[in-house]
Amino acid sequence: MTPYFNEMFQNNAVRPPYAGLEGWSADMPADIRLAKQAEAEALFRRIGITFAVYGEGGDPDRLIPFDMFPRVFTHSEWAKLERGIKQRARALNAFLVDVYGRGEIVRAGRIPGKLVYQNDAYEKSVCGFVPPKGVYSHIVGIDIVRTGPGEFYVLEDNCRTPSGVSYMLESREMMMRMFPDLFRENRIEPIDSYPDKLRRTLASVAPAKCDRAPTVVILTPGHFNSAYYEHSFLADLMGVELVEGQDLFVDGAFVYMRTTEGPKRVDVIYRRLDDAFIDPLCFRPDSMLGVPGLMDVYRSGGVSICSAPGAGVADDKAVYTYVPEMIRFYLGEEPLLNNVPTWKCGEASDLKYVDENLHELVVKEVHGSGGYGMLVGPKSTKQQIEEFRLLIKADPSNYIAQPTLALSTTPTFVEEGIAPRHVDLRPYCLVGERIELVPGGLTRVALREGSLVVNSSQGGGVKDTWVLSE
Amino acid sequence: MLLSVDHVTHYRYDRPVRGVVQSHRLMPSKFDGQQVLDWSVTMTGGTMGSAFRDGAGDWVQGWTVAGPVDEIEVRVSGRVLTTDLAGILRGHKEIVPPEAYLRDTDTTVADAALIELGQLIAAADSPLSGCHALMEAISAAIAYKPGTTRAQTTAAQALAQGEGVCQDHAQALISAARAGGIPARYVSGYLQSGQDGMDHEAAHAWGELYVAGIGWIGFDPANQCCPDARYIRIGSGLDAQDAAPIRGISRGSGAEILSVTVAVQTQEQ
Repeated sequence: MTPYFNEMFQNNAVRPPYAGLEGWSADMPADIRLAKQAEAEALFRRIGITFAVYGEGGDPDRLIPFDMFPRVFTHSEWAKLERGIKQRARALNAFLVDVYGRGEIVRAGRIPGKLVYQNDAYEKSVCGFVPPKGVYSHIVGIDIVRTGPGEFYVLEDNCRTPSGVSYMLESREMMMRMFPDLFRENRIEPIDSYPDKLRRTLASVAPAKCDRAPTVVILTPGHFNSAYYEHSFLADLMGVELVEGQDLFVDGAFVYMRTTEGPKRVDVIYRRLDDAFIDPLCFRPDSMLGVPGLMDVYRSGGVSICSAPGAGVADDKAVYTYVPEMIRFYLGEEPLLNNVPTWKCGEASDLKYVDENLHELVVKEVHGSGGYGMLVGPKSTKQQIEEFRLLIKADPSNYIAQPTLALSTTPTFVEEGIAPRHVDLRPYCLVGERIELVPGGLTRVALREGSLVVNSSQGGGVKDTWVLSE
Repeated sequence: MLLSVDHVTHYRYDRPVRGVVQSHRLMPSKFDGQQVLDWSVTMTGGTMGSAFRDGAGDWVQGWTVAGPVDEIEVRVSGRVLTTDLAGILRGHKEIVPPEAYLRDTDTTVADAALIELGQLIAAADSPLSGCHALMEAISAAIAYKPGTTRAQTTAAQALAQGEGVCQDHAQALISAARAGGIPARYVSGYLQSGQDGMDHEAAHAWGELYVAGIGWIGFDPANQCCPDARYIRIGSGLDAQDAAPIRGISRGSGAEILSVTVAVQTQEQ
């Protein structure tokens, strides 16, 4: 059996952060556990937190499975993670300002220009523009996996509009409601300030032309979007309007929202739709989801867009391999969090290695997300591997490969009782006038035994994530 | 050469629309070959919005028109003093790195035929003579014939059918150049041609190719030359749509009837 790092049990002893959960889980009778699980499900369904899953058919409003067994970090484990996450968020933003400006990192030969400037996510329409406070990515979701007591790896960065934060908040809410005693007995850092911090972050990047308390809105593609619940949830918690493209319009040099009291000027748009759709005059002319003329207003400083158009070039999976270089180049620091060793299939020597070791590797599309279009070598059949080999050969630069990581496990409630399941972590780093994050993040768990894919679109579930106070 | 421009774009809607939003790139580029003496852009009933110079050096001006409205006219007029720089875009300030113009768009994806033409660049003595050879080849491969292509026609389609207008020439040129490893972009502007100045190609388009050591150089396959003093450069982009002088949208169900007149004339100095 592969010796996966179990976050709770090590050498037959309970690791300190989980001490407060040992008795709780051991003492819980099976009927209580099932009753609680049913209660959680009913609560989730009542508040309507669902996740549409592409490509799997079935119920489009399927509940995202919630596991009651919390995932726990000590204060010092978190402190180390937090420093590493903030460092990464700073470097990614410095990179974005640079590649839309003078491109010093390319001139210095530290990252190939081709990877940046010929990238589909590179928006030449924002070249020369520095967004307020020099921030392109205001919410950086950094996916982290653990392989040992002190070993953490960054799997990928999400600089555009990372989703899932509503699950982080709801999971905590659920646990506090169902197990209030746990929160008395354990010293758990609160995370409920996230909506306030998010609103403050967004307000802090109001454009230069805004001379009053900024009006912030969330722009959603609409209720067909799989993350619509989250859009409305965040708007509600922040006390801001949730709008669709048709609710906004450009008049002269500003953007306005239609309200029952007449037009109201909008200063900051937290958009939850891709660059391609936000303005038919600048990007896809057939998009009905965006706001015509928005980019002209944005570029001339009349409105802020979060994340800034063009931010996606920093979270491309091929650019990812250069994030440690960015940290050294812009911050003059050594990376605090490791990257996973990555082979770029676009490079001949790497491609050769990948081709020879496909059965041991995880292969991903450079622009893929949500666990789609990937190959987990050790878990695939010969035929699946051969099919993927052809895909890679047809378009090598579209793929990267990584070793199959031994993701840590945490105890998880399953049919037979409690069993270890693999997890990852997505903290949400907020970048505005300040850089901050709430202690914790979204823990995703691969509920299928042995599965290493935690994406909710691939049958993953979520857990509450605890950071213990000192 | 002193050129005067009068360019009117007229929109009529068969039913009034609730409003119109446009983004204009209608100012002559700032570079050593052009000096603007006077220039104005007006839009009937329009409110001038934001304006800025983008990273490619183009002046972008937003406009909105509050409805209901059934007729709009955008009028561009002015005078520019031009100098023949043999197509070289000297003294043009821009930030977008040339490499960003190696990217393809839906209309400029190179097919086998365009890739083959792109090989003319590597086959030549120098990249510069390769660019000239490519322009000649495009010019020979696509005959000027209005009405045979549409705004959405791709470079590959135009080359395959062997006919088209300046847009098709320009897109085929830049598509093949990119395939040959040369950064290339679509340029929109005006051309003074013909005695009366009323040539149908007065609203013109050509390509610019980036030659290391020299910079951006214009090539006009439609007229088999590099832009000279008869040309006024307005703006650039990855393809015709990206470089469009006017991008706009109207709110409402009215169908749009568009008419454009352009006159570019030489004036006594």
